[in-house]
Amino acid sequence: MTGGKTISEKILSATSGCDARAGDVVVCTVDRVIGTDASSPMAIDYFERMGGTHLFDPSRVAFALDHYAPPSTARTAGFHDRTRAFARQHGAVLHDVGEGISHQIAIERGEVLPGELVIGADSHTVMCGALNLFATGVGSSDLAAAMITGQIWLRVPESIRVVLVGDRPPGLSAKDMALALVGEVGAEGANYHALEFQGPSLPALPFDDRLVFSSLAVEMGAKASIFPTDRVMSAYLAGRAATAGTPVSSDPGARYAREIIVDLSTLSPRVALPHSPDHVVPLEQAVGTPVQMVFIGTCTGGRVGDFHEVLEVLRRAGGRLAPGVQLVVTPASREVYLRLIDDGTLRQLAAMGAIITTPGCGACCGTSGVIPGDGMTVMSTANRNFKARMGNATAAIYLASPASCAMAAARGVIALPTHPS
Amino acid sequence: MAIHLEGRARLVGDDVNTEYIIASSRKRESLDAGVLRDYLLEAVDPTFAGSVRPGDLLVAGRNFGCGSAMEVAATVILAAGIPAVLAASFARTFYRNAVNNALVPVQCDTSAIREGDQLSVDLDARGATVRNTTTGLATSAIALPPIMLDILQAGGVVPYVKQHGRFRV
Repeated sequence: MTGGKTISEKILSATSGCDARAGDVVVCTVDRVIGTDASSPMAIDYFERMGGTHLFDPSRVAFALDHYAPPSTARTAGFHDRTRAFARQHGAVLHDVGEGISHQIAIERGEVLPGELVIGADSHTVMCGALNLFATGVGSSDLAAAMITGQIWLRVPESIRVVLVGDRPPGLSAKDMALALVGEVGAEGANYHALEFQGPSLPALPFDDRLVFSSLAVEMGAKASIFPTDRVMSAYLAGRAATAGTPVSSDPGARYAREIIVDLSTLSPRVALPHSPDHVVPLEQAVGTPVQMVFIGTCTGGRVGDFHEVLEVLRRAGGRLAPGVQLVVTPASREVYLRLIDDGTLRQLAAMGAIITTPGCGACCGTSGVIPGDGMTVMSTANRNFKARMGNATAAIYLASPASCAMAAARGVIALPTHPS
Repeated sequence: MAIHLEGRARLVGDDVNTEYIIASSRKRESLDAGVLRDYLLEAVDPTFAGSVRPGDLLVAGRNFGCGSAMEVAATVILAAGIPAVLAASFARTFYRNAVNNALVPVQCDTSAIREGDQLSVDLDARGATVRNTTTGLATSAIALPPIMLDILQAGGVVPYVKQHGRFRV
């Protein structure tokens, strides 16, 4: 077959050595294999059962202890010890408790590069696609097979072109825009597909905002979520990675399964209602809902700009938390944590009563951090609000932007955030 | 090699995510699927795990296994004695994890299947047929890609990698 290729087709062609087209099943060489403390104990079991004796390339295999950070049971401490011992024995890269979320670390430290194929046993590994690469989530057994063989088989996905146009309204967060997209596409709307972001609004979209889009892509079922290479991306990468990688662009004649045009100028704050991330409505519709816990963190909402937004909204709303509201703050990584210490953000949030927890996944999936009490309503910057997601099936989780979450912390109810005019 | 299964239909709905299959917070206690099976689908129906009989077939709507890629979501179903999941569609990570553990995923129209119906499933390289022996209705299922059938027929990805040492298509 001839004709132009999408970014996914190009990366999967380069890593498989075949002329890979959407629908083909190819065996690819992986550039990076990432496990977490939630997936690596099982991956080590599979590795041993497969007869694995060594890693295909220890420098390309990394484990991050992020889900049980810090461990709250002897059992989870054991998951950590096993992973540490395995990494030591085989020479793999280890990111210990407190370093942050696996894919956030990979991006920050230049461990993944444009043009690469990255697999991670964490569904939000797709986030790495903001760096112009193909990253996808797998389970522990695929991880183990890749640790041994350096390979993964993949069906080359059709791509959906997401075209961002228009100027975003002042104060509108990336989370609002990305939630609007998830609401439109639906929880299954991008299943087996790769998203490819394009459009005239991209140059003005900061890198951290792209991470929000690419992280939330898996809530639409996407296999990968890829941004083009541009100056914004290069500026982020500069000083973080030894090389610029191999940037990949789609061809003019590339075929897309579908095109979605998002006019940013028409968007307003959004919220995902319990219990599904695609249950998205304008924030107004939830205004007045009493909130008892607010969580700021995760790979979708735990970076420096998110906490600055939270602090700014809280300050303007009176500089205090509403009575009865617990504010839980979890930086996505140590880099984020240190910057927030240096610029005084964490001091001010703590002074208002915020609970600051260890960098990592935090309260997102009930594995570490603060678990909501019975019947509590939570406003969260995270990416999933499934029933019981945070460890209590009677809690109701609303997903929104850092600013909207901060406003809920200040008012004790869901309220529209104000922004300086 | 053909796969033949018979069992009683146990119904769940659309968008059953992996957290609903087994809550992440339960993994703090154990990763042993033999232990976790007591909490299978507890967020959907707390009585579900207790009512499963070995050989039951899980029957779902669209997007089964969405959300987290955690593999216990597949192994816990197997540990409960359920050898196959029939769904209108599967999330991709669950689909892979199922095949890798030799849990048979059958993608077919499940809308006419009712709780407790007796089903018979035949699967080979050409596709699959699901016969509802309670209603007499039959439906065909989407064929697995050859590599997935190879992995399933090897008994999962562990024996597959042991046998072949690498992936081949």
